[in-house]
Amino acid sequence: MPDATGLELVAQRVRAAVADAAVVGTTYEHEQAMLEIAPARVREVLTYLRDEDEEPYEFLASLHGVDYLPEEPRLGVHYQLLSRARVERLGVRTRVTVDDPVVPSVVDLFPTANHQEREVFDMFGVQFDGHPDPRRILMPEDYEGFPQRRDFPIGGEPVLFTFNEHKYPRWYD
Amino acid sequence: MEVVRSGRARPGEDPADFRQRQLSARQMLRGDIEGDDLERYVEERVMLTTLEKAQNWARRNACWPLGFGLACCAIEMITVIGSPRNDISRFGAEVVRASPRQADMIILSGRVSIKMAPIIRRIYDQMLEPKWVISMGACASSAGMFNNYALVAGADKFLPVDVYIPGCPPRPEALIYGIMKLQDKIAQDPSLGWRQRYGAEGTEEAPIQVA
Repeated sequence: MPDATGLELVAQRVRAAVADAAVVGTTYEHEQAMLEIAPARVREVLTYLRDEDEEPYEFLASLHGVDYLPEEPRLGVHYQLLSRARVERLGVRTRVTVDDPVVPSVVDLFPTANHQEREVFDMFGVQFDGHPDPRRILMPEDYEGFPQRRDFPIGGEPVLFTFNEHKYPRWYD
Repeated sequence: MEVVRSGRARPGEDPADFRQRQLSARQMLRGDIEGDDLERYVEERVMLTTLEKAQNWARRNACWPLGFGLACCAIEMITVIGSPRNDISRFGAEVVRASPRQADMIILSGRVSIKMAPIIRRIYDQMLEPKWVISMGACASSAGMFNNYALVAGADKFLPVDVYIPGCPPRPEALIYGIMKLQDKIAQDPSLGWRQRYGAEGTEEAPIQVA
């Protein structure tokens, strides 16, 4: 696990190798190193971290989505990178807006991203540009909406307790 | 006359009475019993009932479930079916069928997601009449704690349920009690399909149009 200093060194190397604007910021919380990058540069940064960096992270352990409501940009995609040789983990994060939720797909870099990107699309509506099979994976094909977004209604049916009985008139029908 | 000595007296039965029974049975088979003796013989040995009752009795005591589990309640269901402690074969329901064509009963054991509901309905439609449904646990009955976007709140929204078993999950005793309740229902039920029972004519699945 790179410490705060090591994270800054990683960010410096990414800036030098890819582009200055590729790294948006770094956060180091709870001993977790997180590199925030621009969505347009996801493929370059992950390729660099996988192949060319002096401390490479060759394994994508997990890919998942986050909704940061009410922060903007709202949607986030996290890539948890793992170096199995050094037993080090590095989080890479990119943020996109709800209006333009497009992130380049990394399926050709990490085959494990295939189903996980489909799940992020299914739950958060992030579109992965270049994904070979961009369908829903958990919800039915004809489902509308992205249920894990925080402004999505929980759904289900109202549960009756004595305190909210009066709000659902003729519930016994 | 050659005396046939096969079988033996019941425990506590006088050997002379046994001999008498044996002789009267032989006379019956030879057609030697007549008149009042024949009447008494028939009354003692023949049980009369209606065909429907006999049919329901047979259905009740051979209610084969479909091998079908949905979620964690299925573990309890497997415990009921498979373990010697809760031997479901006492109720004639231990023959778990792998095909809906051969099953009489489907136990909805677990949460029913909206993606799974059409598949369950398809399986249910493939079962032959008469068929029964047990909704096992809070999830299959009302979505339980998973009252959210992904689940159907109650399996009775898309198929008729005969017995609901509360619990999360129900204990094996509860499932056995539900099966016994279903047996009571079968024993009393006229031999109608579920559409007649529930007044649901016209809900048959439309045939698939092949272009």
